[in-house]
Amino acid sequence: MDEFNHDTGTRLVKRGLAEMLKGGVIMDVVDSDQAKIAEDSGATAVMALERVPADIRRDGGVARMSDPEMIEEIKNAVTIPVMAKARIGHFAEAQILQSIGVDYIDESEVLTPADEAHHIDKWKFDAPFVCGATNLGEALRRISEGACLIRSKGEAGTGNIVEAVRHLRSILGDIAKISQADSAELFDWAKRLQAPLPLVQEVSQTAELPVPIFCAGGIATPADASLVMQLGAQAVFVGSGIFKSEDPAPRARAIVEATTNYLDPSIIAKVSRKLGEPMTGIEMDSIETRLAERGW
Amino acid sequence: MKVGVLALQGAFNLHIQALERLDVEATEVKSPENLNSVEALIIPGGESTTMSFLIESSGIFDALRKSSDNGMPILGTCAGMILLSSKIIDGRSDQKHLSLIDIETRRNGYGRQIDSFESDLSIEGFDGSFRGVFIRAPLVEKVGSKVEVLSQVNGRPVMCKQGSVLVTSFHPELADDDRIHAEFLEMLSKS
Repeated sequence: MDEFNHDTGTRLVKRGLAEMLKGGVIMDVVDSDQAKIAEDSGATAVMALERVPADIRRDGGVARMSDPEMIEEIKNAVTIPVMAKARIGHFAEAQILQSIGVDYIDESEVLTPADEAHHIDKWKFDAPFVCGATNLGEALRRISEGACLIRSKGEAGTGNIVEAVRHLRSILGDIAKISQADSAELFDWAKRLQAPLPLVQEVSQTAELPVPIFCAGGIATPADASLVMQLGAQAVFVGSGIFKSEDPAPRARAIVEATTNYLDPSIIAKVSRKLGEPMTGIEMDSIETRLAERGW
Repeated sequence: MKVGVLALQGAFNLHIQALERLDVEATEVKSPENLNSVEALIIPGGESTTMSFLIESSGIFDALRKSSDNGMPILGTCAGMILLSSKIIDGRSDQKHLSLIDIETRRNGYGRQIDSFESDLSIEGFDGSFRGVFIRAPLVEKVGSKVEVLSQVNGRPVMCKQGSVLVTSFHPELADDDRIHAEFLEMLSKS
């Protein structure tokens, strides 16, 4: 671009992209073919990663940032934004992702954390960050570190929506309570949530999170998308739920339609027909590693 | 006066809030029936590939072309501009567009998110500058002879008007400045 007076990497520019993703579906993809299927099915963005969470869970071991070559291939295959994951606290991985032009960086508990005490100082980056949260305190701590978008953590790779529902209800329920609290009570809320007081005061005044909130973790069907959107999520991430199902493209399209028309059960019934088998889910009691417990 | 905002995907709520600040009744449009109940329409920012898929599956595509033929004022911002343009460059090959304004737009013509920017714009008829927020914005490559260019950045059109259709490659709904929405309502009151 030629020289003219402009500012990049501003708070408005970084939060603005999250606004543009609202009402849409962000899909996990592991190669350019999947990325194209996702784009053709109406995804608003793709998350490029080497293994979807269900496979990370199955394989075990340390899960790291994906190969930049593979991320580049996906970037070149589609016209929609491309996100990629860095390990919690691994600012060097985030620097690499920013340098190759990734549109959104997910500091993600799905990968193995690199730092047991510190998340990335996200204010230092021009690329925007999304972070997971299980409750309001965690969400506000991530925002105070510079996250421009919050998603529920859910329990990735399980195809089970129960944890995402718990996280959304906790975050949005506490926002509702704080919006009713008087000014003296906000000091106690800040202490209990272990969150910065100014952010708690802002939430109390606006009755919403300072950045958009999306749902992630366990979405496998159009009805799951409708459920979380009705609970107050503003868009959805679908990880293993699409490409671990029997017939990904029709399921992807159906989840896109359901996310737009989440208040209309007749449309969701229509798009839910004949989608084949969803991914096989996992019961919470039977899993060994709780990814949602990573991050603090 | 009731203004609709296409609510298939994207930043439609911010447009509704802007209209409400201007004391106008605003409503979400998700179906052809919704479209029939409004006098003007805003197509918001979002992902144009997603919106072009949903605008067709919802049946709004044909209904909207008919409404526009009848002179309905339409404002398109960013992805909305792309959907309204007569030609899309670097889109998906089967991407639907409405051809309601004679401009050619290049998707993500200003680059990826890391290149997204804010800049002070001078807009024809406005006193003082307007903060333009450009997010993976479309680049206007070509404008037809009937198109008025109302603002430019770096020698390229970023706000254009043809008849009852107004488009911006930036996001007035993010700017905390409702003058473009007010301008659009002015077009509606004159139509």
